[in-house]
Amino acid sequence: MLLIHCPYCQEERPELEFRNTGEAHIARPADIANISDEAFEVFFFLRDNPKGLTYERWRHIHGCGRFFNAVRDTVSDKFVTTYKAGLPKVAVVRADDGSVRVSDRVEGAGL
Amino acid sequence: MRKYSIFAVAREAMRGHKGWDKQWTSPEPKKEYDVIIVGAGGHGLGTAYYLAKEHGITNIAVIEKGWLGGGNTGRNTTIIRSNYLYDESAGLYNHALNLWEGLSQDLNYNVMYSARGVMMLSHNVHDVQGAKRHIHANRLNGVDNEWMTPEQAKAFCPPLNISQTARYPVMGAALQRRGGVARHDAVAWGYARGAADRGVHVIQNCEVTGVRRGADGAVEGVDTTRGFIGARKVGVVAAGHTSVIMEMAGVRMPLESFPLQALVSEPVKPIFPCVVMSNTVHAYISQSDKGELVIGAGTDQYTSYSQTGGLHILSHTLDAICEMFPIFNRMKMLRSWGGIVDVTPDRSPIVGKTPVPGLFVNCGWGTGGFKATPGSAHVFAHTIARDEPHRINAGFTLDRFRSGRLIDEAAAAAVAH
Ligand SMILES: Cc1cc2nc3c(=O)[nH]c(=O)nc-3n(C[C@H](O)[C@H](O)[C@H](O)COP(=O)(O)OP(=O)(O)OC[C@H]3O[C@@H](n4cnc5c(N)ncnc54)[C@H](O)[C@@H]3O)c2cc1C
Ligand SMILES: [Zn+2]
Repeated sequence: MLLIHCPYCQEERPELEFRNTGEAHIARPADIANISDEAFEVFFFLRDNPKGLTYERWRHIHGCGRFFNAVRDTVSDKFVTTYKAGLPKVAVVRADDGSVRVSDRVEGAGL
Repeated sequence: MRKYSIFAVAREAMRGHKGWDKQWTSPEPKKEYDVIIVGAGGHGLGTAYYLAKEHGITNIAVIEKGWLGGGNTGRNTTIIRSNYLYDESAGLYNHALNLWEGLSQDLNYNVMYSARGVMMLSHNVHDVQGAKRHIHANRLNGVDNEWMTPEQAKAFCPPLNISQTARYPVMGAALQRRGGVARHDAVAWGYARGAADRGVHVIQNCEVTGVRRGADGAVEGVDTTRGFIGARKVGVVAAGHTSVIMEMAGVRMPLESFPLQALVSEPVKPIFPCVVMSNTVHAYISQSDKGELVIGAGTDQYTSYSQTGGLHILSHTLDAICEMFPIFNRMKMLRSWGGIVDVTPDRSPIVGKTPVPGLFVNCGWGTGGFKATPGSAHVFAHTIARDEPHRINAGFTLDRFRSGRLIDEAAAAAVAH
């Protein structure tokens, strides 16, 4: 079972308290009824599903109830970091020894 | 290839078993093939087998990063059934079931297909209505599936607890008598032997690291840990790793990869005559010929390529097993393992062409594709050979997520298996 740090509660809690809610930083189209079928497919169905670092959303459903984002390695299942919803995508760097840490640089817009 | 038969066994018994051939060879990869299949699971090996046997295409390489059958094919709980709700699914899974029945003879290899019956339990009113709806839909599609009262279910499977005070009371069950199990490894081995005998190269310990496309966008071959190998047609049959390989070709997939676990008990004498599934409490159980209870658990909630899942997933399943079969609650579990399953949004597979000319994909079987192995391989071979889908897989396209023509077994079954 994973141990997950909730950035709101500022506590590491067992996975059973959380619900994974899929890939993070996917923007819901503002005008969803009028987007093309292609754009809807990209938004709704296509996923990166990376082997390596993934950006995902979690919800602390049996705790504070809030959504937040995480960076996790899907090979080791280890979390690199978790951060509050609405913050920009956190950039991470992989060091020569394979370890991953949050970089100082920030990229992308907040979603 | 020497045929396996009672006479061959007798002859070899006299000669100290020195005359058996290797079941398949380990050739050096050639520079170029007509078709490359990525992934030597049952679906990939079967595809090569049917390409060679039914379409006369034998210049084929099946490229496998590990050992053949070491993916989900060798990790699954081997439940075979075809009682799916929608017409497309009934067509595909029943095609597979028809092939299962003659597969050992066709391959001259005992895949131990055992039609011992798959019984799916109903624990509440919603389950009962859902099961009966399936039974009627199946009947219209010519798929066998019948309703059992709790007493009939108990008679069919004596260890079942049908007490109405049980935590998960049994209100009835749907039984597919033609359903059952098969020996998973033998399926991979039998197809590998049959394909190799027709000239197919099965290349193990060779990982695909890139998909090369020409100026016109069409596939030219694959980069591997043993160098570039050319082919104008490439079929990706890589289960949980499909997104990774398709990304190499520049195609983003409607897939997510999750760990799925199973476990077996210590071996005991024959006690469990059939397969029992409960989607509602999420537990699946049968008994292998070795005597182990084979138990399937659920997926973890997060994507992962680790091939290990959380312990709480297993214990949740064992809670349910012990409630439904109190007789098993002191049995010891021997081993557990995980596979990585590729799940589509509608829980139906994708078998067909891709936006890249020459690139084909067979994936999205998720938690329940073993049962489809012969049917999937058969129609995928047709699709690759003819460059157009077989009637049976025509609906299982990649672009259904754009057109909206989903085959929503997810909504129909709440769980795939
Ligand atoms: C625990 C568990 C229980 C299951 N129970 C059932 C069940 O009861 N009934 C049922 O019908 N289904 C079940 N399934 C699902 C079933 O196992 C799969 O749907 C099916 O076996 C998929 O077969 P495949 O040949 O497509 O994939 P696999 O057997 O996984 O083969 C894919 C192959 O591709 C290879 N590969 C991946 N990446 C690369 C690369 N880059 N280069 C070269 N090769 C690569 C892999 O090593 C692997 O051998 C279960 C699965 C699991 C994990
Ligand atoms: Zn919290």
